[in-house]
Amino acid sequence: MKPAAFAYERPGTLGEALEVLARHGSDARPLAGGQSLVPMLSLRLARPALLVDLGRIAGLDELVVRDGAVEIGAMVRQRRVERDPLVAQHVPVLAAATRYVGHPSIRNRGTLGGSLAHADPSAEYPAVALAMDAEMVVRSGRGERTIAARDFFLGPFTTALAEGELLVAIRFPALPAGAGWGGEEIARRHGDFALAGAVAVLERGSDGTCSRASAALFGVATRPLRATAVEQALIGRALDSAVLREAAALAADAIDEPLSDVHGAATYRRQVTPVVVRRALEAAAARAGF
Amino acid sequence: MQRVAITLTVNGQAISAEVEARMTLADFLREQLGLTGTKLGCEHGVCGSCTVLWDGAAVRSCLVLAAQADGANLTTIEGLSTGEAMHPVQQAFWEHHGLQCGFCTPGMVLTAVALLEENPAPSEAEIREALSGNLCRCTGYQNIVRAVRAAAAQMQAGRGS
Repeated sequence: MKPAAFAYERPGTLGEALEVLARHGSDARPLAGGQSLVPMLSLRLARPALLVDLGRIAGLDELVVRDGAVEIGAMVRQRRVERDPLVAQHVPVLAAATRYVGHPSIRNRGTLGGSLAHADPSAEYPAVALAMDAEMVVRSGRGERTIAARDFFLGPFTTALAEGELLVAIRFPALPAGAGWGGEEIARRHGDFALAGAVAVLERGSDGTCSRASAALFGVATRPLRATAVEQALIGRALDSAVLREAAALAADAIDEPLSDVHGAATYRRQVTPVVVRRALEAAAARAGF
Repeated sequence: MQRVAITLTVNGQAISAEVEARMTLADFLREQLGLTGTKLGCEHGVCGSCTVLWDGAAVRSCLVLAAQADGANLTTIEGLSTGEAMHPVQQAFWEHHGLQCGFCTPGMVLTAVALLEENPAPSEAEIREALSGNLCRCTGYQNIVRAVRAAAAQMQAGRGS
């Protein structure tokens, strides 16, 4: 199994990379850690004319706390996301979800930005970004813009990135003290892609009711989704196990374009969706002090 | 066909080479350097048999282009022993029947070496999780896990003395 021939460039600066991407348009593909793209090349599922290796660009691997958010460079390796104390402190759900991304040897090379831009509908990171209301920082020759996670994932392996645009960093708003999170997935083996997964974030307001609820699904539809009916059933209520169960039961309603394949039929994924959502909500509620 | 000049260190030896842009690191190690201890099973990142160490961390060489490895410091299974003296993990695989056909063994051994470097006294569950990305189809995992436990104990004893 060998990739088809392609041209290869390894720009040393972001400006050069953007210039090359602009010049070659849809013929070019950025190469981050390569943990999804290289096997796609080998299987010839992808046949770009040009690979633009981002591995030498300074400044894409920074991880800082700024304005109440953790800003993580697109080329930060997943292994670092898993272990970084700032991530553990401010976005613990991201660190926890990372342990489900492939295996350690994949995470040693794979990057946060690569996974998000790849937009595999069964991947963990897009759902975490969605549940956390993360912002994608995008650069092109025309300048910088940010795209809300909610507007970023359009379909399988499809994002709102326009031709010539590069994801350069991701901003995760820090989880306030008193917020709780949970993540759950069902996969054939640990490290496999999820057949159904959920990420939940809950916050307890001063009156003891739920003041913030987000529930994101992955592995069940053509893109990660927010289960808004679940969220609405939680906001303003004191959360106990009956309320969580009742809300989780609404989760499958969000699945508009179901995934279905040899690993899990759409009916199966739909059936287990409320289960993973309930477990994620229960973990989040316990952490939020309900 | 575009060729890319790379310089890297493999098993302590500095190497300069020209590679086809599309060549994976696994193919470079096997075909250009003749280091066939690195095995290719699935060639798409599932089986773990092509695992090598990159600055001490386990990496799948079928998921990296050789061109990306410019500047890397790699260890393959050939670089693990010191002359005739096997690495404690290799020794433990031998003593505890951690291999039968041996095809997955280089990847298993290097993954275990990376694990023990980070976590010198892993629990059985941690060993199993660390090895979960490496497939064995004949030895069976029991003896592989046993070998890694024995190697951990051996290496700890060695450090203590």
